[in-house]
Amino acid sequence: MAETIDIESRYAERSPRSISAGRVIVWIILLFVIVLTLFPVWWVIRTALSSSNLLFNDPKSLLPIGPTMQNFARVLGLMSVNQAIAAGGSGTTFNFLVALRNSFIVTGCILVGQLFFSALAAYAFARLRFRGRETVFFIFVTGLMVPGVVTLIPNFVLIHGLGWLNTFPGLIAPYFLMTPFAVFFLRQFMLGLPFELEEAAILDGASRFAIFIKVIIPLSQTALLTLAIVTFFQSWNNFLWPFLIGRSESVRVLTAALAIFQTQTPQGAPDWTGLMAGTALSMVPSILFLVFAGRRVVESLQFSGLK
Amino acid sequence: MRVRGRAEALTAWVFISASLLGFAVFYAIPAIRNIAISFTQWNMLSPAKPVGLKNYALLLGDGVFWHAFKITFFYVLYNIPLQTVVALFLAVMMDRFAGSIVIRGVLILPYLLPPVVVGLIWLWMLNPILGIVDAFLKAVGLPAQPFLGSTAQALPTIAGMNIWEYMGFTGILFYAGLQTIPTSLYEAAQLDGAGEWKMFWRVTLPLLRPVTAFVVITSVIGSFQVFDTIAVTTTGGPVNSTRVLVWYIYEQAFQQFKMGYGAAMATFLFVLLGIVALVQFRLFRTGSSELA
Repeated sequence: MAETIDIESRYAERSPRSISAGRVIVWIILLFVIVLTLFPVWWVIRTALSSSNLLFNDPKSLLPIGPTMQNFARVLGLMSVNQAIAAGGSGTTFNFLVALRNSFIVTGCILVGQLFFSALAAYAFARLRFRGRETVFFIFVTGLMVPGVVTLIPNFVLIHGLGWLNTFPGLIAPYFLMTPFAVFFLRQFMLGLPFELEEAAILDGASRFAIFIKVIIPLSQTALLTLAIVTFFQSWNNFLWPFLIGRSESVRVLTAALAIFQTQTPQGAPDWTGLMAGTALSMVPSILFLVFAGRRVVESLQFSGLK
Repeated sequence: MRVRGRAEALTAWVFISASLLGFAVFYAIPAIRNIAISFTQWNMLSPAKPVGLKNYALLLGDGVFWHAFKITFFYVLYNIPLQTVVALFLAVMMDRFAGSIVIRGVLILPYLLPPVVVGLIWLWMLNPILGIVDAFLKAVGLPAQPFLGSTAQALPTIAGMNIWEYMGFTGILFYAGLQTIPTSLYEAAQLDGAGEWKMFWRVTLPLLRPVTAFVVITSVIGSFQVFDTIAVTTTGGPVNSTRVLVWYIYEQAFQQFKMGYGAAMATFLFVLLGIVALVQFRLFRTGSSELA
């Protein structure tokens, strides 16, 4: 908390009239923005906990109408199809449990691969001497400026050609070995590391790879954690690529599952309570991260923007 | 010494090999291949047929494309200025009065949610029959609005959803930038008799320029590529009112399987974004800062 206090005291001396009318107005505006931010999230939870058949009775109710866990049971595939339809389901058998698992597989693989290979490359760019180093690094950095839509069609064609449509490798491959941002970010950090530990290890006869594992990685923990948080959310929230590559249910991730669930309504009216239960499930990691590592997340994202 | 240097270079190439492969296969080659595909007619079933510049000629005469171009431009106009002003306002308020980690954490929450989820949340809240927003409007004596159901309101509504998603995050970026401005400058300004308003224009805004440049340039480029929220709400409709460029590219390439035409439009967008970025770099005179 020390840092927060610091920040708040930055201006403590600046205005002697600390409880002014202006201050009250500012607090009211901030409170309004906080309500505007949190209310929609509550609305999802409130709807997900409501009984589907009772939803029409009181659309304005701020609390769940006929509170129930049925919607979650339904979208997690813990009910039979007939039971689900009786509970207000659309009749599509949907299994968000599988989608949740798939999201974890895809995001987990991307995290491990991207961080490891990007850190290895970043170490070479930051510390090892070789001809062409600056040129190759510069070319990597230009990759930061290529908008995703430009590589979309060729990458789809490639994955299709490899026969990797509807497979985990197809979903993971483009993000597994690097992103220009990851290499750039880690290299900038590693440039600032002290040489002493590394030199001592070289004198001890350690190989470069051993140095990378035993010295550089532990020293880069903060940067790696920051990048891990940024990469986690990028991957977890990613939609267009998994929507194109992984439509079949066995590999479908949460974002794609939600979009497909939304369009498939055999029973006519959209299954709002089911959709909101699925939506609520996909919000869980974000909320957990904020509750248990809020400071870390906020500071990581703050930092990612300024680099 | 020479042998050690060569060994070091070899090690370095081994270390960067994996990411070099990833860069070549998924960034460099596709960027060039996209242009190659744009010179062909190709549905991915039969072999690609070279057609020269025909796709670009088609594009120039395609009314839907130019409409998408116009719509995208309007979308950026609805989205960015308001989002930036609100974010800057939030950042200054947090910096001056309430920078606590809890407030920052709450404000960043929408940014951590998948854009697809943001689209679904608002699709439900704006539902014409059961939606809470219209219920609220009626409760305070205002007429209900069609929002996503009307050609006039759909695009601004999508922009509103994205402002909701990004204002907190953008605010946090501005906030981090504000932390780098030395307090002494404010003290000096105050001694000179400057009020809050004057300090904002004379101290805060000029010193924040590098951060503002970064924030505006990246969010404009992101905004030109809006897709996810449209995919789960309007899918380009009603009529053509939200058929933005990336949505149109998606339709042409992945629903109509006109890969060549889609690639031509992607190339067009690439060039357009390059120009937009360059213009903004000029406008913000990035690279120089008053603090340095």
